[in-house]
This record gives sequence, C-alpha cells and structure tokens, in this order.
Amino acid sequence: MRLIAFLTLLATPALADFPETVRDHILPGYVAFATAADGLAATAAKDCSAAAVRPAFNAAFDAWLGVEHVRFGPVEENGIGLAIAFWPDPKGSGAKSQRALLLGDPALLQPAAFAQQSVAARGLTGLERLIYPKADLPGDPCALIRATANDLAVTAHKIDDAWTGGFAQTVLTAGEPGNTTYLTRTEARQVMFTQVIAGLEFLLDQRLGRPLGTSGAPRPERAESVASGRSMTNIRLSLRALRAMVETLTPDVPQTMAGFDLAIARAEALDDPVLAGVAVPEARTRIEDLQKAVLAVRNTAIAELGPELDVGVGFNAADGD
Amino acid sequence: MATRRAFLAGLAAATLPRVAWAEIGSPAYLAAGKSGAEFLLHGLTARGESLFRIGLPARGHAAAAHPTAALAVAFARRPGVFALVIDCATGATRHHLTPPAGRQFNGHGAFCADGALLMTSEVVAEGSAGRIGLWETAGFTRIGEWDSHGIGPHDIKRLADGRLVVANGGIQTDPNDRAKLNLDTMRPNLSLLSHDGALLDQVDLPDLRQNSVRHLALTATGVAFAMQWQGDPTLPVPLLGLWTPGQPVKLCPAAEAESLTLKGYAGSIAVSPLDGAIALTSAPAGALMLFAADGTPKATLHRADISGVAASATGFVATDGQGAVWAVTDDRLAPLTRNDTLWDNHLVALR
Repeated sequence: MRLIAFLTLLATPALADFPETVRDHILPGYVAFATAADGLAATAAKDCSAAAVRPAFNAAFDAWLGVEHVRFGPVEENGIGLAIAFWPDPKGSGAKSQRALLLGDPALLQPAAFAQQSVAARGLTGLERLIYPKADLPGDPCALIRATANDLAVTAHKIDDAWTGGFAQTVLTAGEPGNTTYLTRTEARQVMFTQVIAGLEFLLDQRLGRPLGTSGAPRPERAESVASGRSMTNIRLSLRALRAMVETLTPDVPQTMAGFDLAIARAEALDDPVLAGVAVPEARTRIEDLQKAVLAVRNTAIAELGPELDVGVGFNAADGD
Repeated sequence: MATRRAFLAGLAAATLPRVAWAEIGSPAYLAAGKSGAEFLLHGLTARGESLFRIGLPARGHAAAAHPTAALAVAFARRPGVFALVIDCATGATRHHLTPPAGRQFNGHGAFCADGALLMTSEVVAEGSAGRIGLWETAGFTRIGEWDSHGIGPHDIKRLADGRLVVANGGIQTDPNDRAKLNLDTMRPNLSLLSHDGALLDQVDLPDLRQNSVRHLALTATGVAFAMQWQGDPTLPVPLLGLWTPGQPVKLCPAAEAESLTLKGYAGSIAVSPLDGAIALTSAPAGALMLFAADGTPKATLHRADISGVAASATGFVATDGQGAVWAVTDDRLAPLTRNDTLWDNHLVALR
C-alpha cells in the first residue's frame, strides 16, 4: 500500500522541482553510495592490503561526493554523517582514536562495538589513514580496515533505508495534512536551497579556504584527502554534484548554471591534485581564481535560485546576535 | 540625568491607567518578527496563537516583560539606540527609551520582581565596556547605571533573590556596525551583581576565551548559559554551561557525533520547569539540542531557522524564521501554529 502511494507520488508530473531532486538526485545518490560502500567492504574482506582496497575506497569516496552535500534528514540523525567523513580534524582526534583501536582490544572492532567508537576514527577519512599511511602504523591495520569498511557500508545502508523507508515520503508530501516536518511545499524547496548554498560554502571555506590560508601563510598541509591525492578530485566531484542537484530543482537559473560551468571548467583545468600550488605564487592565483568562481556561484545562486524557488537564506540564520 | 521635559512626559504617561496581563488574555510569550515589510511584536498564547500584534519601527531583538502590567520593552538589535515601552493592551508606545550619550543598548533587559526598576544591558559605544542601565518604571526615566564588569554584555537575568547575572560576551564591537574588534584577546565572563549593583562573584572560561557567553536561562540553583564560539569553527567546543554562583562553571559538551552540529552557535536557551532540562537553539544549524538538567546531552531536533525557545508547561515552545511555533515534548517537535510572521531570535516567556 505504502509502496503504491510512494510510486504515485514519484509520478507527479513536473519538469523540475524538489520532488525531482528527491527522485533523480538524492535517492539514486544514496543507492550509488551504498553500492560502492558494499563493494569496498567486500573487497576489504577478500584482501585487506592497501593496494587491493584503494580502488574500492576511491570508488566509495567518489560516490559519497554525489550526496555529501545533502546534510538534512537521515544523515543528520545522531550526527551520523560525521561517521562517514570527518574532515577537517584540526586536532587529529581521528588518528588518535585509531591508534588506540590498533593497539587495543580486538573486541572493539566487532560491528556493534565499532559503531560506538569516535566518529573521527571511522568512515572514509579513517580508512584513508590506514591505506595511505603517512608513517608506519603502530599495529597491523587489517582488522581495522575491515571493521571500518563494514561500518561504512552499514551506515550507508542505514541512510538509504531511512530515505526509502519514510523520509523521502516526508519530503514528497511537504505541505500536506499530517506532515509535521515540512509544513509547506516552500519549506521543502527551502531545505534544498540551503543544501546548495551550504555545499558551496563548504567548498569555499573548507576545501579551498583551509589550504589557501592567507597569501602570507598558505597551508597546503590543510587540504582535504592529501594522503590519497584526492583534494582536487573532491572539489570537482562536489561541484558537479551541486550542479546536478540544482538541475533537478529548476530549469530556470541560467546564470547559476553558467557560474557552475565556469567553476567546473576552472577546476578541471587545474592540474594540482593536492593543492600544493597554494604555496606557489602563480599556481596559487589559479586556485584563488577557482575560489572566486565558486564564490560567484554562491552569490548568483542566492540572487537567482533563491527567488526562483521563492526562498532565501534563513531569517535568523543570516542575522546572528 | 532626566530632563525636565522627559520627567513631565513621564509623569503624564505614568498617569495613564495600566492594564494587567490578565486583562488582555494572559499571553504566555512575547515574540518579535517580520511580516512582509513590517516588523512586529506579538503576544502568544501557550499554544502559539497570536493574541495581539503591534508594529515596531525596526527589527527588534528581544523584549522584556513587566511582571504585572501589560508593558513590554522591545529592544533594537544591538548596537541599538532605542528601546520602546509598549502598552500591549492598546499597542501604543508609552515611552521611547534612549541611552545616554555614548551608550548603546545591547539587546536585552530585565525588570526587578515588583516591576519598579528596569535594567538594560548596554555598552559604552567606544570600547564596548559594559553597563547596566537603570530606569524607574513610573515614567521610565534614567536613574543611573552600574558597571557590568566586562566587555559587551548581552543577556541579563534576575535571580529569584534579586541578584542579577550578566553575560558579558567579551566582544568589543565597532560602534557603527557589528564588526568584532578583539577576537584574539576577548575574555567573556559571567558576573553576579547584588541588588544595588555590587560585584558579588565572577567566573570566566580560561580555556575557552573565544567562547562568547551570550544568553542565559534560570536554573534551580543559578543559570544555564549559551555560548557562541568565535574561534576555529572546525573545533568542537561546548556551547552550554551551568553556573551556580559560588561554584566553578560546569561546561556541558554535546555528544561526540553532535559536537559540530550547532555550528559553534547557540542562539537561545531555556530551562524546562518540568525536569530542569535545557534547550539550546542554533538558527544557522537549524537545530535545537536538548540536555538533561545536569548537562548530559539528550537529543537533537532539526528544523530550519529555529531560534526562539522558552519554557512551557510540558517542556518548551520554540519558534522559527518560517513562522512556525513548535511544542518540544518528549524530545520531539510538534507543530502548534503557523503565522505569516517570521519569528525573530528570541521567544520571551511571561510569568
């Protein structure tokens, strides 16, 4: 019965609006991530060597970037999103917790116990430190690699199941009687808009802003995924995913799409996998140009996409006190 | 000091009859907000229904309610140069309060128990040194001020015994905009003042000097306080603290996986009369976080732009920037009403 109601809702005709974002962007994105996480867990179970796990790790990370910017709904329950990727981690708390796990009681690596471990130690960021170690690890990482990959797959399915098992319905029925989460359809558009803006700001402030630092004090070591050489890849995939999300929301934001295209073109043209160029004047300029392009998308989206969806930056969130 | 004209105006206003809250439907809450281009102050019932709406000349921040008479003092957003004493029975502005030259209102105020004295959080415009402005409430004339014993005071709360707790946020702001000038050297504190303004106790946060103490709620033994982190936003820091005067501060971190959820920002705080549970809101995060009375994290509830929160008979009532009023009961959000007014930062409980 519920399935029929669900399919009926999915069939609601509309060119592009928040139901399309759910149906064509979010749900398939989580399925892809869960599938890739399964592949990673299966690979690690078969062969836990770094060389064997790396391709599946990268595939899972790529898939995660397709939905990473979706930070509402099941992924925010109990902060579970941080158990998938915990970055930035300026105090190195993930590495500290992992050291304890590598040297500690193997019982902590059993699924139920492992799910209770620090979010900083888990997920893709945790796995990266084990399969691209900067220095010798204090113990054999095989069991921890397997536990981390398994936990990631469980988490990915938990989120996928929560969406298909109810939360998608909650979003799709926004504004209908009995929906106590989204009181109007506009509220559903608002939450999508917020993800786009927050996703762009994460690129600006964290993925680009942290390594850029200031021109007098660049911080290349602060780039994301340096060990796995994915810093620039993450930026590209994140930009593409955000563009894809906007495409499902409305067909009528040409300036925003042009802004995305420029930013993506600049990101594609940059041959600087770990953003080491932030410390080299000429290369730095190109990364700053990318940052400017992302800032321009954000500003354009606020000016164009917001009114198009009839929403804006939150009344209080934008104010502060 | 009060001019003769202000004194006479005050005298005239003072002779107007004052209506009690009970006579206008006993609103449970005051909430400021925006509807279309209009800024408003509403009185709300315990169920979130609007009893009255009164136009404001500009965006408000918080309000202070007279304990008995249906008078609300609406404060401008900081740094503010006006506060309005509003007759909630008629909607008329009874008095315009203007801080003395060189002083600015900083968003909050509190009445003493019998309503005879209004205290306002203020800064010396140049340098942000804190002051507590004192106003008699027959004619709402300025009668003096106290040192707040810190920089940038924001919220103030009167304990049941008459002593006043001041959240000195520690941030020096530019007098003309809200630019923060001293983030590297800021040093917020909580100060306890006697009923005549003497400093009785003071605590600060030696390890978290960039955690601006901003909003307060009364607990059984003192205050719960909400902070706004001015340091590296990727560092998880506690945003809730408990203080019983005479004792050290107790900081209350969120659950590990939720330690970045509020984005380093706690906007409003309230304590439940049921069990002493504490609610913190973060509009930037769209989240309301619940803690037990001892500061143990309980639950995190999500709602875009949620900001105002106040105690209710069953837990809490919260408001958001989309016009909704929510009951927070049994660690869940349940919608009460939806208004065309987008609710502003704070929800003020009348009692």
